[in-house]
Amino acid sequence: MRLVHAHNRRRRAAGALGFVAIALGALAIQFFRVQMLHSNDYMLKSESNRLRPLPVAAPRGTIFDRNDRVMADNVPGYVIYVLRESPESTRQILESLRPHLGLSDERIEILMERYQRWEPLVVDIDADFQAVSVLEERREDFPGIVIEMRPKRRYVAGSAVAHVLGYVNEITVEELAEPRFSEYEPGLLIGQVGIERQYEERLQGRRGVRYLEVDALGRIVGSLAGIKEDPGQPGEDIRLTLDLELMEWIHSIFPDSLGGAVVALDPSDGGVLALYSAPTFDPNSFVSGLTPEEWAIIETDPRKPLFNRTVMGLYPPGSTWKLAAAAIALDRGAVGPHEIMEEPCTGGLLIDGLYRRCWLPEGHGYLDLAGAIANSCNVYFYQLGLKIGLAAMLEAGTRIGFAEQCGIDLPQESRGIFPEANDFWQREFGYDPLEGEVLSLAIGQGPNSQTPLKMAQFYLALARDGTAPTPHLIENPEPTEGWRLNVSTESIEVLREGLRGVTSPGGTAYFGTALEHWEILGKTGTSQNAQDSLRAHAWFAGMAGPWGGEPEIVVVALVEFGESGSGVAAPIVAKTADFYLRRKYGMPPPDSIQTLGEHYNLGRPAPWAR
Amino acid sequence: MGNLFKHWVGDPALFLAVLLMTAFGVAMIYSAGVLNIPSPVTEGAWIRQAQWAAMALVAFMIIRLIGPRWIEWVAVPAYVVSVLLLVMTLIVGTGPGTASGVTSFLDLGFIRFQPSEFAKLATILALARYLGTRPEDPVTLRALVAPAAIVGVPLALVILQPDLGTALAFVGILFAALFWAGTPIGLMVLLLSPGISLVLSFDPIIWAASFVFLVGALYLYRYRLFLVESLSVVLANLVAGTISTLLWNSLADYQQNRILVYLDPSVDPRGAGYHVVQSMVAIGSGGPTGKGFTAGTQKRFDFLPEQHTDFIFSVIGEELGYLGTILTLSLFAFILYRLVRMAEGEDDPFAGLVTFGIFGAWLVHIFVNIGMTVGMVPVTGIPLPFVSYGGTFLLMSWVAIAVAARLADDA
Repeated sequence: MRLVHAHNRRRRAAGALGFVAIALGALAIQFFRVQMLHSNDYMLKSESNRLRPLPVAAPRGTIFDRNDRVMADNVPGYVIYVLRESPESTRQILESLRPHLGLSDERIEILMERYQRWEPLVVDIDADFQAVSVLEERREDFPGIVIEMRPKRRYVAGSAVAHVLGYVNEITVEELAEPRFSEYEPGLLIGQVGIERQYEERLQGRRGVRYLEVDALGRIVGSLAGIKEDPGQPGEDIRLTLDLELMEWIHSIFPDSLGGAVVALDPSDGGVLALYSAPTFDPNSFVSGLTPEEWAIIETDPRKPLFNRTVMGLYPPGSTWKLAAAAIALDRGAVGPHEIMEEPCTGGLLIDGLYRRCWLPEGHGYLDLAGAIANSCNVYFYQLGLKIGLAAMLEAGTRIGFAEQCGIDLPQESRGIFPEANDFWQREFGYDPLEGEVLSLAIGQGPNSQTPLKMAQFYLALARDGTAPTPHLIENPEPTEGWRLNVSTESIEVLREGLRGVTSPGGTAYFGTALEHWEILGKTGTSQNAQDSLRAHAWFAGMAGPWGGEPEIVVVALVEFGESGSGVAAPIVAKTADFYLRRKYGMPPPDSIQTLGEHYNLGRPAPWAR
Repeated sequence: MGNLFKHWVGDPALFLAVLLMTAFGVAMIYSAGVLNIPSPVTEGAWIRQAQWAAMALVAFMIIRLIGPRWIEWVAVPAYVVSVLLLVMTLIVGTGPGTASGVTSFLDLGFIRFQPSEFAKLATILALARYLGTRPEDPVTLRALVAPAAIVGVPLALVILQPDLGTALAFVGILFAALFWAGTPIGLMVLLLSPGISLVLSFDPIIWAASFVFLVGALYLYRYRLFLVESLSVVLANLVAGTISTLLWNSLADYQQNRILVYLDPSVDPRGAGYHVVQSMVAIGSGGPTGKGFTAGTQKRFDFLPEQHTDFIFSVIGEELGYLGTILTLSLFAFILYRLVRMAEGEDDPFAGLVTFGIFGAWLVHIFVNIGMTVGMVPVTGIPLPFVSYGGTFLLMSWVAIAVAARLADDA
């Protein structure tokens, strides 16, 4: 056997050692590649392997009112995340959390759809304290859950400010797809409507990130201090022009059973003092997320509590718009400020073979502009409309902005409906307008629907020098170009004189508006509506200030199906102005008996009554 | 004194190298148990391993007392017993703990051991006994049938467990022994060719090409082979090529996956390729000098699979870096070198074949085990000699060293 020959063994031994050298050499080379050449790549992978980013919610900016009173702030809340490496174990954990967090089957399916392998899954954005303490106690039973303190939104004034502030809610899939929210992540709370939506980016702040050290099974080993921690940036606080107490006051005096809107503006800069829509809702209930059933109840409520009537509701302005017709007429020189209209009001006027009635069958007789406003005389305004002419009326109304939005800093605002030209009728109704359309327009009827805010902006111009800045909610906005009525100061005085007639002794709204300390001017309006032909919407648009001084607040109230502008809407305006001005001048706040009418009804003496 | 030491341990350099490797192994098993969330499986494993090491040293000493002739005599009975044990394992065996479907352990009540480890040494002895007593060198295909059968029986039984890693070690034993006995390389390739066909048949075109190549080679080689031999090689290749699909389907899912993942570890890092990717991340992140003993983060956070057994080298790579890798490889190279030198010096064919058989088995263990941690070799459950946690394997490795040293004494 050749095996015994030493030289054969030497040869084979050399061969075997050569083989060992090749095999181990190959290993050495491969390890050189992995450990020396690509070490940095693997180093990075090993870091990311064990660190899981956990978002650190930035506290949302506080919203203050003009008096630095907190309107919306944050209270501690708890968010529950699940960090698991596989869909199966995630589902398992969700199932075990089900009884504690009240997760429904659908909710679990939604969460599973959202699950991404390396991302913490937000299970509950607002876990209640009870559930959190149970989970904390039995930590061992729930591997991979993370309970984080997260600031939770609180709306201090609740339903009084619901529409204007809006609310926050978990960002939806649709929103995530929008370019505006490209930086946002699932599970984040986001402003849904109102100020919360409008100033979302400023209020949101920048969420930070914290790293949790986990093992291969996703078990949390600890929180790693010092590594790339990013505390984020708290949201910016914002200050609004709103007056929280005024809004709460309006909320308390607005008739509970009725819907409507109250808008109050500050004539000095167009700042919105109050923007109240009724019926309202509690924004706090949205913060922790509504169940589909709760959502359905609110959404299908025939009273439409979510609908912000101040900026979205469109209502025929009725007689409140007569001031616009008057301003247009003065602007164009169609009538002189003190000119008496040729035809007296005899309860009606025959125009083109059609007898058009005034609201007062007895008639108003000969009237000038101020008198016509004070009496809201239709016969005067028919003639005024004819003097202006349809084309000029459309041109001027459009220029003033009745076919536009106000441009207030809110995400949803309806644009006014007003014919910008003759083709409006063709487009909307399929016929060319007759010259007679101007008659309806002149008394605030016809194809003309405005938001309460738009009417407030128009009266804002009357309360100033004929110009009105864009109403705004944020304090110190960038100045925008307001619009101008193009009437002289003395014409403004004539218009105000007309308004004064409404609220003076003998005026239709005298009892409903007369206040002890303040002079109030305003115009009533009722607008027929398709929903209920018997009960018209009630308007009152007014302004108030110290006697003999300039107006310091403009208030417009609209009460749906309120029937009477002077009886229902006017007292709301007066009481709102009274509350605001009393506080402004350091007087004790009023009890609920403010107007002369209220004093009379309750038999309370009003020695100040003129 | 020096002579006395040599008397007791045989080759002092090899003994010290193996002792050092064992101590290193215990240290790395200790480190593998240092986790952020301790696991009962790995915690304290190093103590058990140290106990086994002590037992192994005792076994080493006892074998030093046994006469070499007796070792030669025991080869056949040991082989028969080990085959019987393997059969028993298939019937009443248990898994190593949690792994279901794998039965590689025999539970004797007081102790659990792996008969396949025992069978490896017994097969080496039996193969050496057979080859050492043949008057002719195994230079014909027909002469390879008996050796192939001696190894084939335990190999088949191990595959049935299924334990592909240990089966590979048997292949290593066969080819190492044949190489040492003087079988030409070409002949060994022919012996291996059905296996190659099996793998290549997954691509029919490549397989067809290799088949044509094989037939051509057989034609050129025709004067050295009987016609029957050539035909049976061709037939074996044809059969292997055609049954491969059947065989593939008979593999367990995890075995299929391991092969697929070997082809591309990054296919699904969370699925089958997970082990390899995590292991490479651990080793790669170790860099030149490592993260420090017990400080490996991949290991600590439990990203490493089987970190105290089959993937112990990932811990070495992560914590000791390329430096540790090279030192460990060097120590293994030295051990292998000493084994080869030992075999070279043996005039007795049986002694030389045993020593070289052990070399072959360990070379497979070392190369496959370390290679799989960096994706060079498919993941197979094969431990690293002296380092991986595992009592039977450590004990039998020491017994093998003792046998080789005892046989070398007479040289």
